[in-house]
Amino acid sequence: MGFEHHLPTRRELLVGSGALFAWSQMPRIARAEGRDPRLLVIVLRGALDGLGAVAPVGDPDWISLRGDRALLLDGKPPALPLDAFFALNPAMPNLHRLYKSGKAAIVHATATPYRERSHFDGQDVLESGFTKPGATASGWLNRALLAMESGGRVDPRGSRALSIGSVTPLVVRGAAPVMTWVPQKLLPASEDTQNRLLDLYQHTDPKLATVLQARMRLASLGGAPGAGDPMSDDPTLAPPGIARVRAYFAEAAGTAARYLAKPDGPRVGAMGFVGWDTHIAEGAASGQLYNLLGALDGAFAAIESNLGEAWKETVVAVVTEFGRTARINGTQGTDHGTATVAFLMGGGLAGGRVIADWPGLKPAQLFEDRDLKPTTDLRAVLKGLLRDHLRVEEKVLAETVFPGSTEVRPMGGLVG
Amino acid sequence: MSNSAKAEAVLALHRFGMGPRPGSIAAIGTDPRGALIAELDRPLALTGAASLPSSAKAYRTVADANARRTARAKQAQQQAKKQQMAAAQVASGEQGQAQSEAQAPAQGEVKDAAEMAAKQAADAIPDPGRAIYLEEAKLRTEAALAADIGFAERLVWFWSNHFCVSANRIRSMSGAYEREVVRANALGRFVDLLLAAESHPAMLFYLDNLESMGANSTAGINRSRGLNENFAREIMELHTLGVRTGYTQDDVISFANVLTGWTLVPPGADPNHGGEFTFNPRLHEPGGQTVLGKRYEQEDAEQGRAVLRDLAAHPATATHVATKLARHFVADEPPPALVEQLAKSFRDTEGDLKQVAIAMVSSDDAWRGPPAKLKRPGEWGAGMVRATGITAVDPVRYTAGQELLGEPLWRPSMPKGYPDDEVSWIDGVGRRLDVANYFAERLAGMADPQAIIEDVFASQIAIEVKQAVGRAESRQQALALLFMSADFQRR
Repeated sequence: MGFEHHLPTRRELLVGSGALFAWSQMPRIARAEGRDPRLLVIVLRGALDGLGAVAPVGDPDWISLRGDRALLLDGKPPALPLDAFFALNPAMPNLHRLYKSGKAAIVHATATPYRERSHFDGQDVLESGFTKPGATASGWLNRALLAMESGGRVDPRGSRALSIGSVTPLVVRGAAPVMTWVPQKLLPASEDTQNRLLDLYQHTDPKLATVLQARMRLASLGGAPGAGDPMSDDPTLAPPGIARVRAYFAEAAGTAARYLAKPDGPRVGAMGFVGWDTHIAEGAASGQLYNLLGALDGAFAAIESNLGEAWKETVVAVVTEFGRTARINGTQGTDHGTATVAFLMGGGLAGGRVIADWPGLKPAQLFEDRDLKPTTDLRAVLKGLLRDHLRVEEKVLAETVFPGSTEVRPMGGLVG
Repeated sequence: MSNSAKAEAVLALHRFGMGPRPGSIAAIGTDPRGALIAELDRPLALTGAASLPSSAKAYRTVADANARRTARAKQAQQQAKKQQMAAAQVASGEQGQAQSEAQAPAQGEVKDAAEMAAKQAADAIPDPGRAIYLEEAKLRTEAALAADIGFAERLVWFWSNHFCVSANRIRSMSGAYEREVVRANALGRFVDLLLAAESHPAMLFYLDNLESMGANSTAGINRSRGLNENFAREIMELHTLGVRTGYTQDDVISFANVLTGWTLVPPGADPNHGGEFTFNPRLHEPGGQTVLGKRYEQEDAEQGRAVLRDLAAHPATATHVATKLARHFVADEPPPALVEQLAKSFRDTEGDLKQVAIAMVSSDDAWRGPPAKLKRPGEWGAGMVRATGITAVDPVRYTAGQELLGEPLWRPSMPKGYPDDEVSWIDGVGRRLDVANYFAERLAGMADPQAIIEDVFASQIAIEVKQAVGRAESRQQALALLFMSADFQRR
């Protein structure tokens, strides 16, 4: 059902992002160097299982930890080898190709300073850049842009961040103006949302449970109206399905890339993808997580191809609020955990490696005997990108962008 | 406020109103029943309705536009034909010899080009009916969103559905019909509501009475045409007595004869009154008629009014209305004691609809049952928006949403109106999930699901819902689960 909100339409955005803001949105120092860097941040909401995405196949405790749910080099399907120790989820051939060509890197056993397990608070810490939730209403990427602006690095008339999706991610909210593009294709209610609703109904309203179950069964058979057309422009007729999720991810990410590629477009952007909270039937090798990672991999391909020449000067950072339990739970899923992975890619990246201070998987090595232990502060990674790619000063990074992070040194050598 | 007082306030807002808004539970918590009754004293007129055209004016506007479209199309068609023929003549002149088949434009081409030109010319004049429909829909929806409780608005929706017309046939008039007939009478006397509904051009149009004529009327004899029974039958079956309450086929025919001549002024015939109700004696079956054993000898529209007055006062009508009201507001199988109470109130007050509404919310039977009614899509949608505090809508999106949920505004598929039982709507719950998810996505940046639970619902929601909302992976998911919960869908 439609209701009035004050989000710019596609047309309004096109007007707003036109010649008016022109060249002025690029960091001036970088421009003086003859560069025109772009940064896109993708937030995976729901806490991605880092071990399900990038498996430590060389760790002697890996198989005993995940049992027959462990991704393996000789699994079905086989995981994609990254180095002697790590292998990538088989749903991600594009990322694998980029990695092999040095244009992608993976940071493992990483986490923000947040150590509790609430999605909302975890996302708040991840995106605000503060150490505690609820501290501010602005995001680190927006403040970084603002800092560059006030330092004379960008023309203040032009500094502007791009937000993709109906909800502007906190990471780009703030004093620097944000322009929003809302995809025309809507993300359907996810399988996960349906499962949770079904669970809720089973406890509160059996009649509604029966109806929802029937619908889900129908959708899984592909028999519901609209199921055959994942690209359908009708936002609500088609049932939820991974084809629609894939289409949505690709359209949203591809559009972000097209805007960043424009000579007069914004230079930083952010977007969020939901669906990563895999408590039940996670399906890392075939199933929910596998499907979502495949959709994400498709989004990466869309970014690369839509950036065109600008790909060379782009870095994409894919982050999530926290990881999941190291062990599989009683319903073949994983619960809220701590450390996880971040994906980095782009033509500007010095990649081809997994960056990890591996903590190990023995019970004593796990965080609180349940989660992958965080050994790399995600802020170090992000600060490294902002310093070396966008040329944000270290002092500003420590005080304004990630307040109270002086001790967390920016990670060097991420961009080439 | 005690928990039980909060619970009664929540029930009042869901069952009798449009659903809680921020602050509404606290506002009525001390006396929910009194607050419901007090709302019936406030005016039902739509804010901003002064800018809307009357139904007759709307109808004339559309008819005028249609006439202009036809004229323009004809003109364009003629011009296109002329041009083609002229071009053909030039071509054959240049050849300096007799025109061959190949050189002349084919007959079909000329026709296609002319038709395309005609269509383009017609399309250049927009249909004003859609704009009027959307503006009516916008104000009507916003009245539901802005109401303190929404009991009076729910009564408007109820009576609008009871005396429904379909915008599929009379789009330009459908909003004005509701304002002129239902809003003006929903808290007055049933007989006035009935007379207003049955003499409204939209209803006469919808139930095919415009052309109905008596076999022995002036027009009927001259044109060898006659009666249409539809209007009379639906009045007795749906609007007053109820089906199988003792009227016969002869009663239907007699009543249909009584109603001949109830029509409207043709829109092109009178620039000031076109589209208004009129009684046309040339269509009316002369003489007296017997309906339900009573003889009606009046000669004009008074004959029909007299029958309608008697139908309004018939005990079967009281029972029919009481049953429908109780089924709509309270339960699919309403408590018989409640139905009887409402029917008695209807009879005792000679159909004073405000008194019947008061009798309903004053009866313990109306509050006792568990919240088992599945909200209709429109109620659910309005409740979802109200919970967020939003009071303005984009009518294009909103009406599209209602259509997706199977309850397009003012477009029931049958004169019976939209059904009021769970079995008719429950299969649409999956579709509701799509809509809830869509709405939640658009809203996630500005609505806090926890705040809705606490401020809007005063935490009067199942513990399982609180948990599901608390554990959701995103605000979007949390909002979708909240709006889809049984606490939100049932009343």
